Amino acid sequence: MSDLFAARSQMALSLAFHIVFAVIGIGMPVLMALAERQWQGTGDPAYLDLAQRWARGTAILFAVGAVSGTVLSFELGLLWPRFMAFAGSIIGMPFSLEGFAFFTEAIFLGIYLYGRDRIPPRAHLTAAVLVAVSGTLSGIFVVIANAWMNAPTGFTVQGGAVLAADVHPLAAMANPAALPEALHMILAAYAAVGFGVAGIHALLILRGRTAPFHKYALRLALLMGVPAAILQPVSGDIAARHIAVAQPAKLAAAEALFVSQDHAPIEIGGFPDTVARVDRWSIRIPDALSLLAFHDPRAPVTGLDRIPADQWPNVPVVHLAFDMMVGIGTYLALLGLWVAWSAWRRKEITRAHFRAIAIATPLGFIAIEAGWVVTEVGRQPWIIYGVLRTRDAVTPMPGLIVPFTAITLLYVFLAVVVTRLLVRHVARSPQ
Amino acid sequence: MTLATLLAGIVLLALTAYALLGGADFGGGVWDLFATGPRKDRQRELIAHAIGPVWEANHVWLILAVVLLFTCFPPAFADLAISLHIPLTLALMGIVLRGSAFSFRAYGDSRAAGVRRWGRVFSIASLVTPPLLGICVGAVTSNGGRKAVAATFLNMYVRPWLNLYCVSVGFLALAAFAFLAAVYLTAEATDNELRDDFRLRGLWAGIAVGLTALLVLVLAGSWAPGMQAGLLHSPWPTPLHLATLAAGVTAIAALWGRRWRLARIAAAGEIALLLWGWGLGQFPYLIPSDLTIEDAAAPPATLEGVTVALVLGGIVLIPSLLYLFRVFKSAKTTESP
Repeated sequence: MSDLFAARSQMALSLAFHIVFAVIGIGMPVLMALAERQWQGTGDPAYLDLAQRWARGTAILFAVGAVSGTVLSFELGLLWPRFMAFAGSIIGMPFSLEGFAFFTEAIFLGIYLYGRDRIPPRAHLTAAVLVAVSGTLSGIFVVIANAWMNAPTGFTVQGGAVLAADVHPLAAMANPAALPEALHMILAAYAAVGFGVAGIHALLILRGRTAPFHKYALRLALLMGVPAAILQPVSGDIAARHIAVAQPAKLAAAEALFVSQDHAPIEIGGFPDTVARVDRWSIRIPDALSLLAFHDPRAPVTGLDRIPADQWPNVPVVHLAFDMMVGIGTYLALLGLWVAWSAWRRKEITRAHFRAIAIATPLGFIAIEAGWVVTEVGRQPWIIYGVLRTRDAVTPMPGLIVPFTAITLLYVFLAVVVTRLLVRHVARSPQ
Repeated sequence: MTLATLLAGIVLLALTAYALLGGADFGGGVWDLFATGPRKDRQRELIAHAIGPVWEANHVWLILAVVLLFTCFPPAFADLAISLHIPLTLALMGIVLRGSAFSFRAYGDSRAAGVRRWGRVFSIASLVTPPLLGICVGAVTSNGGRKAVAATFLNMYVRPWLNLYCVSVGFLALAAFAFLAAVYLTAEATDNELRDDFRLRGLWAGIAVGLTALLVLVLAGSWAPGMQAGLLHSPWPTPLHLATLAAGVTAIAALWGRRWRLARIAAAGEIALLLWGWGLGQFPYLIPSDLTIEDAAAPPATLEGVTVALVLGGIVLIPSLLYLFRVFKSAKTTESP
């Protein structure tokens, strides 16, 4: 394994691990605050039980998210020191703001978790709301920093170095990828956590648990997950149309479009053969890509043939991850519409709904991982799109397979432990 | 004073807050590991109770320091991340295990065996991480004290931090964190027996801080001559050393005389002054003999933007932090059962 590949693998693993907990740190506080509000509004002890159990689960996961996020903030330099030397002054701003947002989240989470008997109920509920707001803000700021890597703005390069007189941190934050990416990620977090939690309780109800606790939990989780899942295709459309213009190589890889053409089709699934330059065994929908990317069935779409071969991302990985993300997103959006329609018009949620929701439990998280694969692998070979190649950013330290192995073992161990603790936590919920 | 110097001061301020608050949480883990005697379980309970609500917030000071460092002084961050890859990665693993194990013990595993196991992971990680963090600080201060050497792996990635001097700074960090924790715990304990347990620990740790600090100063002569010269021969250090010494003696005397609050203030003051002694000792360098604050500074637009962000962030952060500590650390709540 080359040092570059070890560094990329360690970064990928660290991000893939952290994003699960980061997303939970965005979504769970919203649910916690909703349950707390219901408890204070209705006085129904099942809501208090729910708020406390959700808080307990959040506390475990938030801690792992906090420390794995710390690892990432160091790894930016440990693995990519030349990237940070280049970009630190340009995109440090959203990281600094994220630092403050995360600080606020940590403070009020401590107050919420330990403060129930120490502060008035209204202050306690406010603490929960502040955790939810700052959690979402901190997610937005980090995604803005990532968006800059895809659509770098706010600086000028002269002779291979950033021109100090022409660095504009605010212009860097206002990069064109910021809004589509942040919107897509925050909705994804709400949808994944909403359906993740709803799915667990749907499964418990299917297994015969009848306590109102589970019904309440399911309702609140769907209240967050369903609107997010229904809106997500809209934000996906915004993101895709942005990429079509700003990062044609990423879109071409995601859609396995080898030949530039008007009336471009969508290739669903299959396996992109990068030698023969065709997507084998795929399902083809004519005109669909032109329609989706430019809202015009005749619009020309750039294919990989216009991209120099040394600037291609890994096409099969990006294409299959993209299809997985879109497939899951479609399932969750349709499920959301079905559940919303049934609950609203028929006032009834049946076992068939519960089954479909239970299936959705892990799907949102899988879609998020797949989506990050599209974003990050799809940007390769660049670490800053069009500006700095990943291979030029890696640390000169040799033997990177050693830290990669160590971090892998640590995270596998933690993943096993967290899973077991959560399974036990869920199993202990009311009958 | 330039904006870059001011921001370097704020990075050091964040590190000071991390040492005084997050450091004490590590120290708590150390005393968890060395809990002994008839009140062993009650000692552990007090530590968990003291750390629980605040450790996540205390931990964020480190993130803030790192983020400000890589935003305001990107080349310094890049250089340190290259040469200190190994100890930083080890420290991070310690930080991950410490934080996760603490929350697994507090919220996850209510069976006695699980609580014991996670308590053990938490306390061992708390013992191992502070020396690694101290070693990194030692490596920063001793940079440039090395003679020109061949660019081998050992010379570039191991010897700069694995040497007698850096390890002694590591032990200074460990002693300082354990000292802070013991002193804070005397103030937070609710009965006199527990207070006396931690009083004794605090006295020993306080003496260890003084001795390791002296050892570091002596070893600096051969490993970090620039630092030692800064500490001994520039005009400002005499009052600083006297103040540090006075704070240390006051802390130990106050512990001896059971004046818990005075001990807490003096101990925090002593460790803060040690850190600022480090900062002043290597001023104007961020990385001695390689990078000054001005050389490493980001463009003015970035420094100005970060300053505005710091002011806005401070407006949110400071009242929130005060509220957190008022709720969980005020005299009224610590004295209630």
